[in-house]
Amino acid sequence: MAQIHIEKVRKDFGAFTAVQSSTFTIEDGEFFMLLGPSGCGKTTTLRMMAGLELPTSGEIYIDGEEVGMKPASQRDIAFVFQMFALYPHLNVGKNISYPLISQGMPKVQAKKKVSEIAEILGITDILNRPIGGLSGGDRQRVALGRAIVRDPKAFFMDEPLGALDAEFREHMSEELRALHNRMNATTVYVTHDQLEAMQMGDKIVVMNHGVVEQFGVPQDIYDWPATKFVAQFIGSPPMNFLDFHGMLAPSEIKVRFGEAEFDIPKTLDGANGNLTFGVRPEHVKLDDSAKYRGEVSAVEYLGTTQIITLETANGSVKARVASSDNVQVGERTGLKFDSRTVSIFNGETGHVLRSEANQEVLNYG
Amino acid sequence: MAEVSLQGVTKTFGGETALDNVTMTVPDGSFVVLLGPTGAGKTTTLRMVSGLDKPDAGKVMIGGIDMAGLTPAQRDVTMVFQQYSLYPHLTVRQNLEFPLKSPILRTPQNVINQKVGEVAEILQISHKLDNKATALSGGEMQRVSIGRALVRQPSVYLMDEPLSSLDAKLRSDLRVELKNIQANSGATLLYVTHDQIEAMTMATHVGVLDHGQLTQFGTPREIYENPVSVYAASRLGQPRMNILPAHLFGDAPAGARDVGLRPEHIVQGEGEDSTVTRVERLGDQTRLHLVYKDHVIITVTDAHTELSGGDIVKIRPNNPYYFDADGARVA
Repeated sequence: MAQIHIEKVRKDFGAFTAVQSSTFTIEDGEFFMLLGPSGCGKTTTLRMMAGLELPTSGEIYIDGEEVGMKPASQRDIAFVFQMFALYPHLNVGKNISYPLISQGMPKVQAKKKVSEIAEILGITDILNRPIGGLSGGDRQRVALGRAIVRDPKAFFMDEPLGALDAEFREHMSEELRALHNRMNATTVYVTHDQLEAMQMGDKIVVMNHGVVEQFGVPQDIYDWPATKFVAQFIGSPPMNFLDFHGMLAPSEIKVRFGEAEFDIPKTLDGANGNLTFGVRPEHVKLDDSAKYRGEVSAVEYLGTTQIITLETANGSVKARVASSDNVQVGERTGLKFDSRTVSIFNGETGHVLRSEANQEVLNYG
Repeated sequence: MAEVSLQGVTKTFGGETALDNVTMTVPDGSFVVLLGPTGAGKTTTLRMVSGLDKPDAGKVMIGGIDMAGLTPAQRDVTMVFQQYSLYPHLTVRQNLEFPLKSPILRTPQNVINQKVGEVAEILQISHKLDNKATALSGGEMQRVSIGRALVRQPSVYLMDEPLSSLDAKLRSDLRVELKNIQANSGATLLYVTHDQIEAMTMATHVGVLDHGQLTQFGTPREIYENPVSVYAASRLGQPRMNILPAHLFGDAPAGARDVGLRPEHIVQGEGEDSTVTRVERLGDQTRLHLVYKDHVIITVTDAHTELSGGDIVKIRPNNPYYFDADGARVA
């Protein structure tokens, strides 16, 4: 088991920069998520940690040892791909024992190890079955077994659940997380699914266009995003943005736009120009007495809650409210925002302004 | 615009029954979503309505007319497939115009331009209109293929998981758009998905399919709040309903084997002790994994709860559903 640290890692493919100067640390035993849209550099980062790509510059440390230029075979890690590649001519047990046998482990010992792993994964009863007839889930379990069996220092997984349907993905993600809790192996996991990242990760790195946007604990990132990109990428529906023009002094506790005044967490940075007021849908309340007005343009029922879309003078706003509230399309109503949760972004750079509420999270990492 | 009705439709492929005596009415102007896992018979139902497949038994009616023997073209339906199929040698604009240029329709060019412009705007592909269809990303190609259905005004739109290949942001925009298009145009839309969010947010009616049988048909709210079976109850709601032995929390009605508790129907702070095994923070809410008398129960709580693994929480069921040994609702 291992701590992994990457320091100013960069990767160019010809003129294209896939990863620009990434730095972060994965602690021993963590379940660590690399999250971002396609093309953000998350898979490239993982492949560099694994030794499947060499960094253009920067250092990669596994347990304190610099491994940036070492081939994958010398890093003692195991890789699980999105498309599980199993040997079709071997049965389940032989697929799992293959890495051990090829390392020269005696058969008896390998067999014992395989049966331990099969127990953990709950596939003991299919060890003698051919790969051909297995369900997608069992194939994924076998692929995991083959990764786990070597007791590597770390597991690297590239969207291992991406190809599965929604219901089964939910089930497998719980299974993977439970497996991690039993084994406590350092795991680095690539995904573009924000919910999967929130649900499974101890820590998340959010990447966009080859840049690390934010790094930290899922709930902190959700509550206090460092950039507009993070605020939009995490959360479903994403954070609401109300664009306005104004001037903010440091130590300000109010902003004003659209005839109304809103309390905000006390600012530490000042700003002048295009600003964005950010608030999560669950912190928007509909209240007819509020001064700030909007018109309901859509209502989406979700069981316990419903998502109400309102058109305001500063753009559309989504509110998550109880589904027992009676809201009709076309209605005009007032909006209130929970002032403790508000983020203010610089409209030009997309960076959040530091406030007393978010400074601790932003100082992390 | 037309009503679609299926009467006792049955279809088998080899020995497999894909549809088993399905009777269902899609009211004129409604947005009906067929929901079920892979293999439930959703796509087969669409193919019956479109005329791409013929039922072994039963009738398909569109606008009161029996469709037996009519080809897909004669039925005045348009279908959007999960796998987009575009003309690779044409531009996006030409692909979108194609259905309107049919010699039967004789649409004037200015109407075509206006229609294509509107649809491109809705689907956020206006800037790509003059690109070759092959020079698009997968998500863009799928939008063009939806667009090709929307430029026409058939009696019925049929869509087979049209959003499943798009990314989350676009999917949520298009959910609202599709719903608006349908509501404003009054079109009848039959839509297949295994995504419960799509079903709940867009549908006027949801049809729950299970191994070729229609087990429940109603508004999303009816199915969520008043499911007829464990199966129907488990289709909607995230995290899904907890299914536990009927007597776990005391008395249960006669004939009940299981009790179903939606995560939000577990009151915290009163009742019996349970142990927290895992706290899953999703941002807007936090899921608690609890163990009570050796049973795992998942519930939701305040996003910033201070509970952690090993803590004891008192829980009490509120508004439980009871199901018999076959999974049918008894109370």
